[in-house]
Amino acid sequence: MPAMYSLWIVGRNGGLLYSRDFLPLPPIEFNDKLRLASSWFGMCGIAAQLSPVPDSSGIQLMQADTFDLHSFHTLTGTTFMLLTEPHTPDATELLRTTVYELYCDYVLKNPFHEMDQVVKSELFDHNLLALIGAINRRWGVGLVQQ
Amino acid sequence: MEMINAEIFTLTYGSMVRQLVADYEDVEEVNKQLDKMGFNIGQRLIDEYLAKSKTQRCSDFRETAEKIAKVGFKMFLNTTASVTNWNADGTECSLILEDNPLTDFVELPEQLSALKYSNLLCGVIRGALEMVNMDVECSFVKDMLRGDDVYEMRLKLLSSSTESYPFKDDD
Repeated sequence: MPAMYSLWIVGRNGGLLYSRDFLPLPPIEFNDKLRLASSWFGMCGIAAQLSPVPDSSGIQLMQADTFDLHSFHTLTGTTFMLLTEPHTPDATELLRTTVYELYCDYVLKNPFHEMDQVVKSELFDHNLLALIGAINRRWGVGLVQQ
Repeated sequence: MEMINAEIFTLTYGSMVRQLVADYEDVEEVNKQLDKMGFNIGQRLIDEYLAKSKTQRCSDFRETAEKIAKVGFKMFLNTTASVTNWNADGTECSLILEDNPLTDFVELPEQLSALKYSNLLCGVIRGALEMVNMDVECSFVKDMLRGDDVYEMRLKLLSSSTESYPFKDDD
């Protein structure tokens, strides 16, 4: 069954800026999250170097038997990671358009948000949970109570 | 997202410039502050531009300038600029604005004739391009508020690097 698990946002320096689970998941320790996020950031950078053609976007999708990791590297260097159930449709598109737009509207336009700092925005949380919650409910999976 | 009335935007910008003039009392300093504010705005606004216009990486500086003029100005100011006066190596050009919504109700008093009223726009362009690894210089060379026939911004590419993480060791 398709489902969206969680969204992570990694900054230009490879630091984890934001992470949010949309379903009850086994918790990952915060320090481990930081390590995983920056490792992924590094791997995307290295993968881009393998490209025979310049200006590669790096890794866009990693598939495993238990999950898909959709990764979107913006031209400004921010990396969005969306963890989903394998073969969840439209996740790449969702990440590139809607989620990125929410980030622009509610994180970057917040005058109290500092660049490359941890994202603390209730409005972003609220709108993101509403968006992903609606998608998850459409597939019949519940939303975790925050 | 909510939209605001263009006149409110124009008036808000005007009162902000007025306040800066009152606070700094030095026109050059006001120009500098406007540029700096624009820079900070540009750093954030570039992501919205990329998200909503869904553009890909530009192949050269000409394309970048065209996109700023045609897509960027349209998106954020609902006007367009034309790109002209390229230098031979394609690193310098002029953005010509015939209509600038920031200055709709503005007349510049004589003692402030050195004020670059719309200097914020230069900062925005500089900030936005900095985020995609392009160092540019941008400044107003013609200003209708000072009696010229158009608004002209001179845009100059200083350096651009497509280089991102991981950086090469020999840097």
